[in-house]
Amino acid sequence: MLQFPRWKIISILMAVIVAAVLSIPNLLSKPQQEQWSSYGIRPMTLGLDLQGGSNVLLEVDRKDLIGQLQLQQSGDVRAALRESKIAYSGLSKIANGVSVKISKPEDMEKAKTAFAGLLQPQAGNVLSGGAAINLFDLKANEGGYTFTVTEKGLEARIGKAIQQSLRIIENRVNSLGTTEPVIQQQGLDRIAVQLPGVDDPDKVKNILGKTAKLAFQLLCEEQPSGASRNPPQDCASFPFKEAVDKLIKDKTAKGDNKALTEKELESLPSLWVQTSTRALVDGADLTDAQPTFDQNNRSVVSFKFNQKGALRFGKLTVDNVGKPFAIVLDAIVQSYPTINEPILGGTGQISGNFTTEEAAALAIVLRSGALPAKLTIVEERTVGPSLGADSVRAGFLACVIGLIAVMAFMLLPYGWFGIIANIALLVNLLMLIAIMSRFGFTLTLPGIAGILLTLGMAVDSNVLIYERIREEWRNGRTALSALEVGFKSALGTVLDANITTLIAAVVLFGVGSGPVRGFAVTLAIGIFTTMFTAFTVTRMVVAIWVKRNRPKEINL
Amino acid sequence: MRWKPIRFIPDGTNLPFMRWSRFGYFISGILCTLSILLFAYQGLNYGIDFKGGSVITIRTEQAADIDGLRKSLADLGIGDVEIQEFGSPRDVLIRVEAQSGGDAAELAAQAKVKTALGPKVEVRSVETVGAKVSGELTQQAILAVIISIIFVLFYLWFRFEWQFAVGGVVSLLHDTLLSIGLFSLIGLEFNLQIIAAILTIIGYSLNDTVVVFDRIREFLRKYKTMNFPDLLDFSINSVLPRTLLTSICTLIALASLYIFGGEVIRGFAFAMIWGVFVGTYSSIFVAAPILTLLGMKRDWSADGNRSRGVERP
Repeated sequence: MLQFPRWKIISILMAVIVAAVLSIPNLLSKPQQEQWSSYGIRPMTLGLDLQGGSNVLLEVDRKDLIGQLQLQQSGDVRAALRESKIAYSGLSKIANGVSVKISKPEDMEKAKTAFAGLLQPQAGNVLSGGAAINLFDLKANEGGYTFTVTEKGLEARIGKAIQQSLRIIENRVNSLGTTEPVIQQQGLDRIAVQLPGVDDPDKVKNILGKTAKLAFQLLCEEQPSGASRNPPQDCASFPFKEAVDKLIKDKTAKGDNKALTEKELESLPSLWVQTSTRALVDGADLTDAQPTFDQNNRSVVSFKFNQKGALRFGKLTVDNVGKPFAIVLDAIVQSYPTINEPILGGTGQISGNFTTEEAAALAIVLRSGALPAKLTIVEERTVGPSLGADSVRAGFLACVIGLIAVMAFMLLPYGWFGIIANIALLVNLLMLIAIMSRFGFTLTLPGIAGILLTLGMAVDSNVLIYERIREEWRNGRTALSALEVGFKSALGTVLDANITTLIAAVVLFGVGSGPVRGFAVTLAIGIFTTMFTAFTVTRMVVAIWVKRNRPKEINL
Repeated sequence: MRWKPIRFIPDGTNLPFMRWSRFGYFISGILCTLSILLFAYQGLNYGIDFKGGSVITIRTEQAADIDGLRKSLADLGIGDVEIQEFGSPRDVLIRVEAQSGGDAAELAAQAKVKTALGPKVEVRSVETVGAKVSGELTQQAILAVIISIIFVLFYLWFRFEWQFAVGGVVSLLHDTLLSIGLFSLIGLEFNLQIIAAILTIIGYSLNDTVVVFDRIREFLRKYKTMNFPDLLDFSINSVLPRTLLTSICTLIALASLYIFGGEVIRGFAFAMIWGVFVGTYSSIFVAAPILTLLGMKRDWSADGNRSRGVERP
């Protein structure tokens, strides 16, 4: 155990030197760090709890998505029945689907054929063995049919929505000028967004979750009046922005934080707009949107269509000069200007009583495109930069003081061997920091706790070895043999003892998130560096010492 | 360079742990019962990770007027608002209970508190967890503790004998129980960090237990005729210096974290410190004595080739 060939000594020393070099950037100033990182030597990545920043978890709103699908499906069903000239009645929403009554029983077969193309097969995934899964399930019942959203199909649809949303969210976050955001899917229906160093998380949150589905829609001939609240066929009812804003304000004043219900929205003053594709240009064809001011100095958003959008918008305006059209954003009427003259250049303005901030945010979401489904923020964790900096300072102080205290303590029972243990301890820390820095592991505040715990564990392996050597020596072995056997026998114990902690670290990594995961990582790396240093560095220093001094007794 | 090392445990110490273990059972039994009662009747002070809601920490320009804050936040109509000092008179922690109107309402409540606080107050951190996420986090946390205990059971079984696995797991349950009992007693905020601490306590306690077991196994092979309780005493005593030194070093490191590491990590450090105490205690007074109850096999010659023990000269 105590024979160390020269090449081994040299490679261990090299490893220590490399670790030292890799650790250096953590102590440098910002500009120096940048210089070093051009050689690929970076400081540790700090978690958001240390550098400050926002962690936001968004989830696809299933109810909203199903609502959209129902609306779409109703339209498609209606079109299909018309095309096949089948008389129907009672096309309505049911839980998770749509139902329709076919007027004449003899049309049932014909309807079934017409509906065959409406099941919307979704691309298959691994679970389905590559086979396509239908989004809708068609069932015949007493005098009609029902379409229900299938669980598998919905999941596929959510997956698709998440994929699209990831890109859109990325655009939105990037347009805020955030540095190094991380945007990734989490689970089936969630998106985790990490925004380091954001100083106004509220602004970001407003932009993240907004669906931003924009449409320019012609008004229906008939408009709501007093009693009649059900819009005619091919029309949809959308409330006015002013009314929605007022209701939210009133509710908040009364201490009611709940989101507006469908019922509340329905009871608001609203406008009926045409839903047929002929009477509508949607915002998907926008190429640009900018906040600006109109001639009355009100905040508006100016927009620009691509060629396809410009053509359609041009046609819509040419055909409907003198009529009003509604600008609908996320099912709320922003404004309904009258078309004074055809708009052929594909540019225009959206007005709607915006504040300057609202206009700026709206421009961003319009530019980045509409989200395929509503996203709700289900979790947010934000740490301000000053608290993060305080935590770094406090954590660093705790580490330094802890290190010094432990090192001082080790001298009491072990004297000269304590110094060897302390050298091993320092090398251990150095390696831990080097590995974290080199491989881009994130240091979090609990991670700092992990470093301190590693201090304890590192000492433990040395204590185990020393106590063993001491025992062997007291049992009557010669100094050399006691050292030899001590290292050898302690190896198994150190291994066993560390593996148990590793189990805890692995489980923590598996289930934990964010900061806690950082703790698990630090702990696990600490265990490896501990084992490494205990059986290379400590052993090597002892071996060199033995070679030089040929000790006759062990002063432990 | 020559100085006389200090021995914390004098050589030749032979404390009758097995005789004391009866008191150990008694004390552990009482404490475990108390912990269960506390958990059942007082429960834990769950943080937002498991309960949902928001936590906002702020720093005011002068020493914060806690009562004033409490009044101004009480009539926002966002339910219970807890306010407490957080490390210094200028730092305040505001806890808003989970809102009933879904995730959007959580954010709205959070925004309201921020508005009510006004621009002069520095908002240092905000955490909001919705109902669904908090439910999932709770499941994950429970699962984590169970999974790690099962892993440990199998690991000990694989490395030692089933009796050791039982002893180890009982002492882990004991440690987890006593930790939860203490957290319930002092009303420590129970959050994800504390779960991490409990898992680490499990790791640490086991580390201690494994060192003791390792020695017991070695002595079982070496002293085939020594009576079992004596052998346990002998084993525990022989690793006692190590147990003490390691515990002290770990405690020093954790104390440094507790004192200097800042308010955010203090709960975690506290939980860990407690864990070191119970973990050390349980490996001596719970894990080892249980072996006497389980009828340890005494013939270890079959796997003598695995023995790492020193042959007697």
